[in-house]
Formats: sequence, structure tokens, C-alpha cells
Amino acid sequence: MTYTFSRTKLIEKIKFGLLSPDEIRKMSSARIVTADTYDEDGLPIPSGLMDQRLGTIEPGQRCQTCGNLVSNCMGHFGHIELARPVIHVGYSKKILKILRSICPECSRLMLSDEEKDTLRQEQISNRKMLSEGDEENTGQVYKRARKSKICPYCGAKKKKIILEKPTTFYEEEEIKGSRRLTPIEIRERMKKIIDVDLRILGISPQNARMEWVIFTVLPIPPVCARPSITLDSGIRSEDDLTHKLVDVIRINQRLRENIDAGAPHLIVEDLWELLQYHITTYFDNQVSGIPPARHRSGRALRTLTQRLKGKEGRFRSNLSGKRVDFSARSVISPNPYISINEVGVPKKIAKILTIPTNVNDWNIEQMKQLIINGPKIHPGANYIIRNDRRRIDLRYVKNRKIIADMLAPGFTVERHLNNSDLVLFNRQPSLHRMSIMAHEVKIMKGKTFRINLTVCPPYNADFDGDEMNLHVPQSEEARTEAELLLKVQEHILSPRFGGPILGGVQDFISTVFQFTNKNSVYNVKDTLKLLYMGNVFYSHPNFDLNKIEPNIKEPEPMYSGKQIFSTLLPEDLNLRLRSKFCKKCFIKDGNVCKEEKCEYDAYVTIKNGELLAGTIDENSFGAMQSNSILQRIIKDHGNATGRLFLDSATRMLLYVIRLNGITMGLDEVFIRGESHEHIQKVLHDATDEAKKLIKAFRENNTKILKRAPGRSLKETLELRIRQILAEARKKAEELATHFIGDEAHSVIMTKSGARGNILNLGQMSAVVGQQAIRGERINRGYSSRTLPHFKVDDLTPKARGFVGQSYRNGLQPVGFFFHAMGGREGLVDTAVRTSTSGYMQRRLVNALQDMVIENDGTVRNSDKNIIQFKFGDDSINPQHTDHGDAVNLDVLLLKAKSLDLNEIRRIKSKTAKTTPKTKQPVKTTPKTKQPAKTTPKTKQPVKTTLKTTPKTKQPAKTTPKTKQPVKTTLKTTPKTKQPAKTTPKKEKAEKSPKAPEEEKLHHQFKEETGKNAVWRGKVTQQFIEWKEQNNGIKE
Amino acid sequence: MTKKRNVDVLLHILVPKHILLTKSETEELLEKYKIRLTDLPRIFDKDPVAIAIGAKEGDVIKIIRDSDTTVSKVFYYRYVIKEKV
Repeated sequence: MTYTFSRTKLIEKIKFGLLSPDEIRKMSSARIVTADTYDEDGLPIPSGLMDQRLGTIEPGQRCQTCGNLVSNCMGHFGHIELARPVIHVGYSKKILKILRSICPECSRLMLSDEEKDTLRQEQISNRKMLSEGDEENTGQVYKRARKSKICPYCGAKKKKIILEKPTTFYEEEEIKGSRRLTPIEIRERMKKIIDVDLRILGISPQNARMEWVIFTVLPIPPVCARPSITLDSGIRSEDDLTHKLVDVIRINQRLRENIDAGAPHLIVEDLWELLQYHITTYFDNQVSGIPPARHRSGRALRTLTQRLKGKEGRFRSNLSGKRVDFSARSVISPNPYISINEVGVPKKIAKILTIPTNVNDWNIEQMKQLIINGPKIHPGANYIIRNDRRRIDLRYVKNRKIIADMLAPGFTVERHLNNSDLVLFNRQPSLHRMSIMAHEVKIMKGKTFRINLTVCPPYNADFDGDEMNLHVPQSEEARTEAELLLKVQEHILSPRFGGPILGGVQDFISTVFQFTNKNSVYNVKDTLKLLYMGNVFYSHPNFDLNKIEPNIKEPEPMYSGKQIFSTLLPEDLNLRLRSKFCKKCFIKDGNVCKEEKCEYDAYVTIKNGELLAGTIDENSFGAMQSNSILQRIIKDHGNATGRLFLDSATRMLLYVIRLNGITMGLDEVFIRGESHEHIQKVLHDATDEAKKLIKAFRENNTKILKRAPGRSLKETLELRIRQILAEARKKAEELATHFIGDEAHSVIMTKSGARGNILNLGQMSAVVGQQAIRGERINRGYSSRTLPHFKVDDLTPKARGFVGQSYRNGLQPVGFFFHAMGGREGLVDTAVRTSTSGYMQRRLVNALQDMVIENDGTVRNSDKNIIQFKFGDDSINPQHTDHGDAVNLDVLLLKAKSLDLNEIRRIKSKTAKTTPKTKQPVKTTPKTKQPAKTTPKTKQPVKTTLKTTPKTKQPAKTTPKTKQPVKTTLKTTPKTKQPAKTTPKKEKAEKSPKAPEEEKLHHQFKEETGKNAVWRGKVTQQFIEWKEQNNGIKE
Repeated sequence: MTKKRNVDVLLHILVPKHILLTKSETEELLEKYKIRLTDLPRIFDKDPVAIAIGAKEGDVIKIIRDSDTTVSKVFYYRYVIKEKV
């Protein structure tokens, strides 16, 4: 047999049906008689289960049926002639339905002719394309036929038929009780059903006669469907299906011999049943009602149904999903020194994964070196594909030098993975598109994949043993697509809401909080180190530390954390937001937010890239925070700048972590002395009050215990007690946090939003509080009491799950038990939630996976049916929105304000002075105003340290709050303010030597083209081109 | 069976505006999306709204929905088919 695949063919139709015994015999290439596989020499026994006519599995051997080698022989079926017919388990339900619908004598469908006609007519009119009849109508047929008692054709009385699962049928006799129906009888009845009746029953007489459901001949699948495995020890191990077939044949032989020998009826019956059992389990080994067939070791056999069914079955694991080449999997571990765009790949993995590289004139020398290095030295190569498409495995090449010399353009070298190659990185469950992102490879020692900590949130990864997958794109197209669409930096902004999903995590947050706090100052040495770590000299090439006025000058110059952090920001960043720990003063009546002047330093103000006030915390630096610094940078400067900021900021903060150190010990939550007693008193009082209410409840005193609307007295009591206890806990918590103070590292963590909350702190230090199950105090267990430690109907807090101790001081046994009850409920809840949501996700994906947005904006499925007429409503990409809004007015206004000032100044200076020389002083004054404005604010926190320098302090002290007086004082006391004033002047002065001429050119450019030469503080590209052109003309 | 009540479903706040398309409008629609009638999503002729606007098998209904995000309305179309019992 030869197959040609030269032409593509259209599938006209697919027919599903049952195999008739004749068909089984026709397609069989061997009748199997012997219940054995191989003889002593290891040769297949003829007419045995491994008969060579069933196809070969041994390489080099030709198939006795088709004459092909293993690779081309697709196997051939055999057959067994069964001594007695046997029912197919999968159809036992259908058999029952049909037996109940037909006459036991004449096998006619027990419906009158008229009824049949109308039903058939309905079936035909409602049927879908190509199907025999309508499903719903067919259901009606069975329903009605079952009701009829007497055959309208022969007058026979119908008997009740019972199915004893899985394959035994009984017919109830009037007198004798029930009688077993043998498969022979059933087959006879099925055989007698006429074609017309079969059609009405929803069965195609051509494709699936019902008697074919009862086997007289069993097909034997080809050997390649049940290959035997040769173990290392040389012992042959047969497939489960072969084992099962051996059983079937053995019993079948015995049954035949017994029948031929005229054995007693009982023995034949027993053997027949055994044959039925074996064939049933051959099809499905998990049928209810019979024990599954087992291997000698006790393992249940994996038969036909098990091969197909479920997650590990053929469909879900081999057809819907497949294993892939060019992939790797390993444990992940953190490395904060690599970029978010990078992934650390172990050398061992890099030597296995390859990238096909075409050899050309430009890279031939490089490729030669790789080949010489070979598969074992890292930047090497594993294979070469020659011009004639022959593949050379470098593992088996003796002298690689020779191979390297014959390399020519047009060859392909499969080289090792190397630095800056792009790979796809993935963590399951892949719930959103950020679960697979492209990273640049960084070869590292060790055996784990290394990722930056800030990319953990999108993957939902941690390092408690998580593993991740890596895939290497093989084509240029795939790499380009990965570069442009899949890189991590392209996914900083989430498509779910227009905010960043990347950002500082855990220690980065607590550190940035400490770093930008009022009191954090660093000397020049540390500052320079921090700036170096933060890559500031790279990201801001014009950066000069001398231009920044140190926060403290005596005894040595010190820079504040705010100042150092500001160096990371772009010069045009303007931002105002409230911190996580904002006390929300403005909510209370009559209070207004003091904004920059917030006494808690909780209002972040960034003006022109300088952090003027506010402490950076989770709200401005954390992951999943909208309107954070990162989001604003990306909106204005793009993903690359955003990535650089995140990389540099985290690296800078890493050094701060090393300087500060963050730790938490038990003593931090240990509350002693008065505070402890105070907390105990609060709890005691609450218990007393609860007891008072309980007493009132018992006495039915509605004066003390007033019934809440719509609730019974008992419910009211529960409600009130819960309220009292919650209040008490809250109060204890407040006392505890007050005692712990603001300096404790645990408080810094909760305050900055890095980890934990106040409640956790309170539970550790003060009181764990009420444990609840289903939102109620614990009330289950014994009758009318929770534990035997309490009296019946004890409603006191202690007896109903109120844990009055703290984790630090230790829980009492009863409290511990209640706590475990409450904890277990939480665990169960999460377990249930994940499994249900996972299944829901699977259903949704299966339903929606082939929907496509066509070019005309419609959503269509694979049949091109329209599902939605216009996708995406307003056509705004949520990834590019500002938290769902197309424009964020607050941000725009803020931007406009800072822009306008510059613009106005420029226009003013231009109109006031015509000559550029005189322009300069006018222009610089407003600039100097700014730093002057900032000085009082930034200085205030360090007032105490400033006391040593009375000269500089005085003006600051005397300066009233408004802006204008600042100017005057500055002018009147020029000597004292001099250092402060001159330094910012210098800043401008650095640029100013060029400025007059440049300014002139800017002006000229604007007049000629009508466009601004400077945009957002930068000279435009158009201006530069124009300038070059002009210069050329002049010369 | 529940009693048939005289309620105009079209007046309900959650029911968007339904319009019966004319032959020419239908053709225009099919031309616009380059589809056949059967490619449209379906609605039963026994659907309360279909009854209310008097749609028969083979008609096309245009549904005008208000959208939270767009200024203009969003259009949906339904092809009326006979409901099987």
C-alpha cells in the first residue's frame, strides 16, 4: 500500500456508526486464537496476540500484511470469534431503552401507525442537517413507547425490563418472578426490529443496526496501539490492553471447550458471565457496579476508556496540548541586580537550548569560533546544517576545526543561547497575557532561573519553590514579535486598568518610605554611592551633584533622601498624590487637607522632577498602584524610560536597605507595664458588658437589651456582643500601636504598605479577637455549647470563640482551638474558590477561544457568524487609559500649570528685552525664586541640626509664609542668603554661556517656522535640523 | 403556566430599543458585513420583544443599546427564527 499526500483533499463527510460482525471480519488480517504473546525464543506466536500480521513494532522487520517497515506500517486489526455473544457496556443504556420500547414477541415499536407517522414527520421537519432525526423528538418516542402495555401489532403483553448495572438485563415474569435475558435473546429481538422503527428510534439502519451492539466478533487492535516495552533487564512488559485481551481469549477458549464438551449449563453460564466481565473491563475499567480489573501488582488496568478520558487522556493531554522543543523549566530565585527585562539562565540550560543562526559574510568568523567551542564550552554550538540540508551533530565530530573551516555563507549554525537573546518566560497558571512575557537572556552560574523582584506581581510568582518555563523563539519573525509586543517593559501598564502592574514590592516599599522620610540624610560618600547604584550618571548624562544644594551644610554636607530620590525622576515630572498613611483629615468636618504642609508628610508633591514634600510609599511606588510615579513617567516618556526608572530606583533602594536594615523581632510586639494593664482592662470591661447583656437576655429585659429592628432578641444579643468585642479589640489595637510607636520596623512595614496591616499588629501584640465561622461567633460543636470546657448555653465571649490573648503572649488551649476552627474555614474557602474559578475559566476559554476581531470591527467565531457587531465600544485601549479614563484632567492641569509658567516667562522675557544679553538676569530671577521657595520647606524638618549655622537659619526663620516676602528678605539680606542663592544661579549659569546665541536662534526658528524650538525643556529635532541646515548655508 | 399579563415589555427600563428592519435595510446590512442572513445571531419569534414589535420568522431586528463608554449608541442585529417546542 502506498500513500500519496501530494494533493490536498476536501473532506466531504464523516460517518459515525457501528461495526457489523461482517465488517470486523472483513477488516481483520488475522484471527486470534492463542492467548499468548511470545514463545521462548521471543518470537511472536502465530495467531497469538502479537501475530506479525497485526503490524510490526520491531525496527527492520517487514509487516506480514502490508510489507512496510515500522515507520510506514500503521498496523492492522485482527479479530476473535466469540463463543457466545457479549454486550458492549457503552450501549447498555441504549439497549435498555430500546428493549422497553419494543414488543418482546414481534420486536415492533410499540406505537400505533398514526402515532409513528406524526412523530416521524416532526422528526424530519425539525432535524438538523444530515442527522437522522431530531434529538428531542426521539426522546418523546421512547417516552411514549414505554407507556404502551400491549403490542398494537401482535397483541403480546409487554413485560417490565430491568437493567442490573452494568450489563445484566432481567425481564419480569408474571408468576415466576424475574428471568435473566441472555445476550442471545436480546440480539434476536434487536435483529427483528424493522428499519422504519429503527429510524423513528433515532438509529440509522445502514450505519448502526442495534444487534451490532452485541458482539459476536471482537476486533483486536493492531500491535502498535498496544506496544510492549522491553525493560533494561531484558524482560518484556506487555501493555495493559494486551493483558486484558489475553484474559478475553483465554476465557473465550475455555467457554468454547466447555460448550463443545457439553458441560453443565451452570458452568457455561459462569464462564459466559466471566467473558462478559473481561470484555466490559476491556472497554471501560471504571464501570460502576463491578470491580476494576487489576494488574498483578494491584494497580487498576488502563483500558480503552481510560486512555481517552479526562485530563491525562488522549484528548486533553495529547491532542489539545503537546510537549514542545526548545523549552526549559526550573526553579526561580530572585536577583535584584538584573533588569526587569532580563532573566538569568543557568549555563547548563543555555548549552542545550539553541538558536538557528544563518551564516553570512559578517558573522562567519564568530560562528567559526562557536563551532570550535563545540557543544560543551558555553558560547558554542550544537549542530550545523549544511547547504544541502544535511545536519551535523557537533557532539560526534572529532575535529571541529575542520568543520569550522568548511563553514560557508548559507549554512545554519544552531548556536547556544547567549546573553541578550530573547526568550519567552511563563508561569502557570497562565491567567492573563502578562503570564508569558519576553525577557533578555543573561547567562548565570547556578541551576535556577533568576528574575527581578519587581516582575513577580504579573507572574504571581514567589520563591518558595515556584518553577517557571522558558521557550526560545526560533525564527526571526517570532523574535521580532517578542521584542515589540511581549517584552516585560511593554507590559508595565496593565491592559486591565491603565495603571502599572509592576512596581516596588515588600522591602522596596518600606525602604523607600524610610529613604524619603523627613529625617533621612546622607553624607557625600553615601550619596555618591547611591547615585552610582541608581544609574543616575547614565540616565541623566548632565547630572552634577555640585548643582544640588545639600540639605545640611555643617558640620559636613548632607543630602536628604528626598533630594537623592529626585535625581531618578525626569526633569519635567509633576505629581501630587496622597500617601497610603494619609490621615484623611479632609473627610472630617471643617478640615482642609494641608497638602504640602501636611504635618505627617503624607502629601507627595513632585514639581519639575523634584520631590518637594511627602514620603514615597506604596501609593506612589508600589505595584498595581494607579497614578504612581511609574505610571506618570511612562505616560510622558514611554516604556523604556519607565523601565530604566524602575531598575535604577530598585537598585538604589537596595543600597539603602543595606544601610538601614529592616528587621522585626518578638520584642517589638511585646507590650509591657501600664499599656498591657490598660489593654487587659479594656478587654475585661468589654466582657463585663457582654455579660450584662446576656443577663438581660436571660431575664428578657428589653430595656437594657433593646431589640434591633427586624431581629429576634437572640440575634440582637449576638449583634451587640460582636459589636462590643470588636470595639474592644479596636481599642486594644490602638493602645498597642501607640505603645509600639512609629519607629518600630513592623510599623514602618504596615504604614508604608509594604506588608501587613494594623490588625495583624494588634493581633500579635494586644488581642487576637473574635473567631468567626460563617460570619457568626462560633456556636457549633456539642449540643448548646462549643466545647466540654463550658456549661451548656454559655454565651460569654470566651465560650463563643473570643480569643482574649495575643500571639506574642500565647493563646490558651481553648482559644487556640477556636482559632484553628476559624483558620480552617478560611483555608477551605480559598480551596473551593480556586477550583471553581479555575473550572469557570476553562469553560470560558473553551467557549471563546476561536473568536476573532475581524478587520471590519466585528467579533466572529470560526464559522464567521457574527457574535458582536462592533468590538470595544469607544475603541479606547484600556492599557493606554488613565485608570479607565481616556484623559486624566487633574494630571493634565498640573502639567499645564507647570508648562504655562515656563511659557509665560519666556514670552515675557522676549517682549520685555529685545537684546539677549539683558534678557538673562530677568530670566534667571523666576528660576531662582523656585529654589528659594523650596528652601523653607525642606529646611524645616532639619531645623534642629541647622542650629549650628545661625547665619543661614535666620532668614529662613524670619521669612513669613507667603511667597512675596521671601523675595524681599532675599533681596534685603543678600549676604546671608548668598550661598543659597548663588548655587541655583550657577545651575542656570552653566547653560547660560551658550544661551544668548542659542536663545537668538530659538527665536529665529520660531519666527521662520512658527514652531517652538524647545518643547518640554528639550530642544526639538526639527530645530536641530534647521540649525544644521542654516549653519551649512552660512558657511 | 403563568397567566398572560398585559405588560408592554418595550416600556421596561432594561429593554433596549428594538426596531424591525425593512427589506432594503436588511440588504444594506448584509452587504455591509458581507454576510448571509443565517450568519446573524438569532432570536425566537416567541421572544416577548419579538411578539411586541410583531416580528415574524425571517425578519431582522435592530437593537439599539446605550453604552456607558460611547457617545453614540451601539447597534445589534437579530435574525428571527421559529422556536421549536
